[in-house]
Amino acid sequence: MQRKSIAMPGAAERRSFPALKRYIQHRYYFLMLLPVLAYFLVFHYAPIYGVLMAFQDYRVFKGISGSEFVGLKHFRELFDGLYFLPVLKNTLIINAYKIVFGFPAPIILALLINEVMRPRFKKWVQTISYLPHFLSWIVLSGIIIEMLSPSRGALNVLLMELGFQPVYFLASTDWFRSVLVSTEIWKGVGFSAIIYLAAIAGISPELYEAAEVDGISRLKKVWYITLPSIAPVIVIMIILNSGSIINDDFDQIYNLLNTNVLSVGDVISTYTYTEGIAKMNYSYAAAVGLFKNAIALVMVLTANTIARRFSDQAIF
Amino acid sequence: MKIKTTPGERIFDAANVLLMLLLIVVTLYPLWHVLNASLSDSGRLMGHSGLLLLPQGFNLDAYKLVLGNPAILSGYRNTIVIVVAGTALNLAFTILGAYTLSRKSFMLRNPIMLAIVFTMFFNGGIIPTYLLINNTLHMGNSLLALIVPGLISSYNLIIMRTSFQEISESLLESARIDGAGEIRILLQIVIPLSMPVIAVMILFYGVGHWNSWFGAILYIRDRDLFPLQLVLREILIQNSTDSMMAGAAMGDREAIGESVKYATVMVATLPILFIYPFLQKYFVKGVMIGAIKE
Repeated sequence: MQRKSIAMPGAAERRSFPALKRYIQHRYYFLMLLPVLAYFLVFHYAPIYGVLMAFQDYRVFKGISGSEFVGLKHFRELFDGLYFLPVLKNTLIINAYKIVFGFPAPIILALLINEVMRPRFKKWVQTISYLPHFLSWIVLSGIIIEMLSPSRGALNVLLMELGFQPVYFLASTDWFRSVLVSTEIWKGVGFSAIIYLAAIAGISPELYEAAEVDGISRLKKVWYITLPSIAPVIVIMIILNSGSIINDDFDQIYNLLNTNVLSVGDVISTYTYTEGIAKMNYSYAAAVGLFKNAIALVMVLTANTIARRFSDQAIF
Repeated sequence: MKIKTTPGERIFDAANVLLMLLLIVVTLYPLWHVLNASLSDSGRLMGHSGLLLLPQGFNLDAYKLVLGNPAILSGYRNTIVIVVAGTALNLAFTILGAYTLSRKSFMLRNPIMLAIVFTMFFNGGIIPTYLLINNTLHMGNSLLALIVPGLISSYNLIIMRTSFQEISESLLESARIDGAGEIRILLQIVIPLSMPVIAVMILFYGVGHWNSWFGAILYIRDRDLFPLQLVLREILIQNSTDSMMAGAAMGDREAIGESVKYATVMVATLPILFIYPFLQKYFVKGVMIGAIKE
């Protein structure tokens, strides 16, 4: 009751101060939002201000306001130096493989799960398929290291029984990227399929019934009904994932990376970590990070623009 | 369905079922292998290679070593603190943001939402974030550094906001007419109506905290504050099981080291495997709510 009596004067002033009235009406919203805004300002927008250090020779004791401004020096170093370009190349190659094989995988899995006729079995397959998503890359890396061990690992024992030489997958420059791509799909395919399964579940059964009356085969139903119906979701997922050509998976790669495969497996995030945190080249590492984040943003915005032009789907 | 099946379709159905069975095997086998290896007798495990369909012998020594290890125990304690305190704070902050931003009448709703979504696609990168948390805010070497910087996940905020938007405005309006303030409406109407999405949030945030380790690598120097995953990392990836086997003879060390690794994986994974069957239906729901928004 007391609250109401405070609100009343606001109502009386409506004619003279409409903005003030709305403010008073919404004062609890502002109050509730305050911690949220403070969080985003401090932990998301302050680091965005912090990228200024990429254009400075940042010194910890001088801070951003006191460090010397050097313009694009660090960005020139990225492209003139010996170290960054191989890392960029690794990142692009690994991510391209992950996109080519990893993006269609959950769509195919969702279509296949959807074709399973026994509902009970279907549920089991789904439930089990997204389990690995919930395990950390540390646990999974431990398992992967054991499974791929050249002497004891199940895969190599199988190879040897078939008459092949054992392969030290994690230390082989030929195999390391394949391990990254396949284990990423193994971990994520089931979870990523959920969104497509949800989209498939939303398709009107009448479409399929009409197709059945016309005697259309199951394959054609998938091609002419299911896929076009989930196309909007696919487009959205392409937009959301378009930054992943440059955004690599630190958790996975850092735990599997070893000195034998540094030449094919060192990527932007692991390189940034080594340069910035281990060697404390703050400005240079911040420049690497900014370069990556800027490209990722441009990719998402470009994909969004293209999607908006050629279909009705867009996220902005 | 009352469709007549052609031979081709029956072949496809059979092949599809086989493929799905294969998927189940490929997904579960590594975990099954780890479980069997952790229960095996360490000497016999060393002599064994290849598929491990059943434990070789039966022996809980590895678990005794793991559960008696002070580093694992303190890792567990720290992780539980982070999961409980972190998830509670995550929920409180996410609910506050999601509720206010779900109210269509709130005037700054769209600009604030845009500012939040922007952070999903652009951020300062790890170096400025690290320097902020470590040097400016002096949160280094404290569990706060593992909780506070991730208080709100924008993605989770969007899921929750979408769910709150479905609560009818007329219901809240009638509560307002009855004299309930916004905070009381949130606590007594909105939250009780949103338990499914809150369960989703607990799962997403909780599992995230349980599995996270990068923050600890960045900010935690004191070994007593290491979360479980970081202790695991030392044992599994950096191969240091030595601390657990101070008393073992040299020849046994390698053998015990193997089963200790497997037992460590199980000890760190079992909590997730136990809650998984109960909560999995909620996170499917969560992904679907997120999908509606997108």
